[in-house]
Amino acid sequence: MYRYIAKRVLFLIPTVLGVIFIIFLVMSFTPGDPARALLGVSAPQADVDALNHELGYDLPFIQKYFNYIKRMIIERDFGTSYFTKQSVFDEIWPRYIITIKLALMGIIISTAIGVPLGILAAVKQYSLWDTIPSILAFFIAAIPSFVLGMLLLFIFSLKLNLLPSYGINSFAHYIMPALAISIPPAAQQLRFTKSSMLETIRQDYVRTARAKGAAENIVIWKHALKNALLPVITNIGMSFGVLIAGAVVAEKLFSIPGIGSLIVDRITYKDEPVIIAGTILIAVVFTVVMLIVDLIYAYIDPRIRAKYTRTKG
Amino acid sequence: METTIMDNHKDKVLFHKESQIKEIWRRFKKSKGAVIGLIMLGVILIVLIFADVIAPYETATKQNLANKLQEPSNEHWFGTDSYGRDVFARTIHGGRTSISISILATMASCIVGSTLGAIAGYFGGKVDSIIMRSLDIFMSVPDILFTMAVVFAMGASFTTLLVALTLAYFTNYVRLVRSQVLTLSEQDYVEAARAGGAGGARIILSHILPNAMGVIIVNLTLNVSKIVLYESTLSFLGLGMPPPAPAWGLMLSEAREFMRTAPHLLFFPAMAIVLTACSVNLIGDGMRDALDPHLKS
Amino acid sequence: MNEIILDIKDLEVIYKTDLETVKAVNSIDLKIDKGKTLGLVGETGAGKTTTALSILRLLPGNTGRILNGHIKYSGTNLLELEETEMRKMRGDKIAMVFQDPMTSLNPVMTVGEQIAEAITLHNDNLSKEEVEKRVDEKLTMVGIVPSRKVEYPHQFSGGMKQRVVIAMALACEPELLIADEPTTALDVTIQAQVLMMIKELRDRLGTSMLMITHDLGIVAKICDDVAVMYAGEIAESGTVEDIFLGEKHHPYTEGLFGSIPNLSSRANRLTPIPGLMPDPTNLPEGCFFHPRCKYKMDICERIHPESIAKGTHTLRCHLFDDKIMADKMEVNTNE
Repeated sequence: MYRYIAKRVLFLIPTVLGVIFIIFLVMSFTPGDPARALLGVSAPQADVDALNHELGYDLPFIQKYFNYIKRMIIERDFGTSYFTKQSVFDEIWPRYIITIKLALMGIIISTAIGVPLGILAAVKQYSLWDTIPSILAFFIAAIPSFVLGMLLLFIFSLKLNLLPSYGINSFAHYIMPALAISIPPAAQQLRFTKSSMLETIRQDYVRTARAKGAAENIVIWKHALKNALLPVITNIGMSFGVLIAGAVVAEKLFSIPGIGSLIVDRITYKDEPVIIAGTILIAVVFTVVMLIVDLIYAYIDPRIRAKYTRTKG
Repeated sequence: METTIMDNHKDKVLFHKESQIKEIWRRFKKSKGAVIGLIMLGVILIVLIFADVIAPYETATKQNLANKLQEPSNEHWFGTDSYGRDVFARTIHGGRTSISISILATMASCIVGSTLGAIAGYFGGKVDSIIMRSLDIFMSVPDILFTMAVVFAMGASFTTLLVALTLAYFTNYVRLVRSQVLTLSEQDYVEAARAGGAGGARIILSHILPNAMGVIIVNLTLNVSKIVLYESTLSFLGLGMPPPAPAWGLMLSEAREFMRTAPHLLFFPAMAIVLTACSVNLIGDGMRDALDPHLKS
Repeated sequence: MNEIILDIKDLEVIYKTDLETVKAVNSIDLKIDKGKTLGLVGETGAGKTTTALSILRLLPGNTGRILNGHIKYSGTNLLELEETEMRKMRGDKIAMVFQDPMTSLNPVMTVGEQIAEAITLHNDNLSKEEVEKRVDEKLTMVGIVPSRKVEYPHQFSGGMKQRVVIAMALACEPELLIADEPTTALDVTIQAQVLMMIKELRDRLGTSMLMITHDLGIVAKICDDVAVMYAGEIAESGTVEDIFLGEKHHPYTEGLFGSIPNLSSRANRLTPIPGLMPDPTNLPEGCFFHPRCKYKMDICERIHPESIAKGTHTLRCHLFDDKIMADKMEVNTNE
């Protein structure tokens, strides 16, 4: 088992390097050059060229890539913002933490709502526990997260004046953004969990359990649930991508100083270093979360666990 | 001699497909939701196709500050926005952009993804490993970030958006088609075709793809609404078509500051998005049930 | 007179969906004597599994429906029991072995846990050690090393999995074992092994058995009595001698025997029965078999044959109805 974990963790490194490569590749299509962006439109060309050379802009692509990685790892230097002329790292780190907090809230809340309701909808199929959440989930799946967020703002901030509409100064500030982020993935997880449960209940081994004389609730909770939850775990990992998109939107909507809103803002200002750094950092979190999900899955599913532990027979 | 055999075979596949299609349509019609969805989408599409007739483009973009922020009225069914533009016209034309991009992106991502998946599945070995590993790394970048990077690098435009959306969604199809190809190529009739001298591309196109079609189509219909929503999110963030081109997400972004005073600016584009997505989802669910009735009970 | 352990009479079972009604079992009678094995023979779709599931009342909840009849187990009508009482029967008094060992076991529970569950569901007073001891016993009984009880189903081969399933079914030493094609999904060489094991265990424990199969060879080896099922009905039934050695047979049974390849005969072709089993949503008028029967008479198209008994041998065919055949003879001689 530990071999599996070690293998996967080690594999993180080439993955992250690959991610950085892809981002770099895309960014290389950007028109314009850093020195011009830093010095301004009116600066003399000679100065621009000199600065470009100093920044290593005229180096071949691969070398730029490696230089960036070297600086990032060894010196923790993500460059200087074209816009604020500050160290990128100093700017984005606190915002990074905020976004991670939001994302974590999002995962926890969406799973806590979506999965149990999905199980219930499957176990009590065709009852109100099934039809109402399923219809709700259907409509929510048609509402983009920013519309949902604006709806929440409209109701709770504007009309009812219950919750604050921007910033993150207090716990109350987090409620609406957290909801806006969690509700769409929760709806999706509800539908997925329900269908996984229903699929599992139809399996032969569930029938075997009944034939042994097990009561229905043992059949469901002991036999069906564990099997049904396996794909659900993977699905939770998959929904993290949606969650991050939701976080970016929520940050913009609720004026939260997170890394998502930073990136979106800086796009207009062509602030390449910030965008690259921000994207990389979020991608790293994403990759780590997927890894954790995979490890949890491998731990629970004996078929995979057995592959990596000593087996008999 | 060879042509005759292939022609006969083609006839069989087509005939098979025709009665299959009728059967699928029959099952599709059974689901009330799916039919409603189809009707809704039909109405939406008709309105969008005849957009120019119903509301000329200029009314969507021409600013008329004297008229700004008016409530819905006989003259302006959906009211006007902060620049005095007719919201109804903007909604319809915005729909045109949103939906046409979404449909194009859906098709493009499907073709790109399916092709990659078919190649990976059919040729296996090194080709397969390279494609799948690259895909894994590619999928480690969350969609929205990648899209933002693309839009940043290429500047916001129809093409950029199309490329960005295609890149975000093609991955869905790769795994799917690959596993279909893997299971289907073990089937006996593929062996038989190979024994008869058929080459790789022919086998993929005439034998494997028709059978994988069902799964691909279900995914396709389910993806359309995702892309519509994603496109609206992008335009909300300012990463979509540049103004003054109307787009639902953009309209909602502009409506933010007028939430208190002019809620109609919020309501109509939001409804447009939700109705479109709902109708596509209904159709998608209907397709899924029609193509595999076992899933329902 | 032997004690009858299972007495099924007039059993009618349908599957009802929004689209159609499937008549799976159409008024059958079956009896199993204590300690004996009844073979239920028929092709796929004849209604055998449905019959088995009905005994344990395990039909799929929303579609399967028992319309009529009684299933008496040692005198008690199972169809009248409360669900909680029925549950006590399942696994303890009546156990079932299903066809596909690959999917019958829970993939995330160890084999030992699953057998232990079969025991503890009906014996909650046992200590953990006691239960473990019994698990070991059962595994040994089916020829599996007890130390393997901590392994998961995917670590066993198909034949071994089926042994586990059998160990689970026999864990509480039930009086009646229902085996639904227990060897069909296995490799041919393993089939013989598992079958022999079932036979041995049955003999040792004195279990009565309902053996469902489409393989007449299995019937010959292991069954005392036979019932041939077609389109949800019992076409023919009797002792194994009646069926294998008797002179008269239902045309369907004849067809079944004729379809078996025979190494010693010099026949060039197999003689399969022409046609297919009828659509259970649309059964033919008269005798269900008449569209495929080479002895078909006019009456067969109009009147549904009753089951006619000659000693232990019953046949559901107009050919064996003395009265009808006598009338026919008269008609023939008069022409």
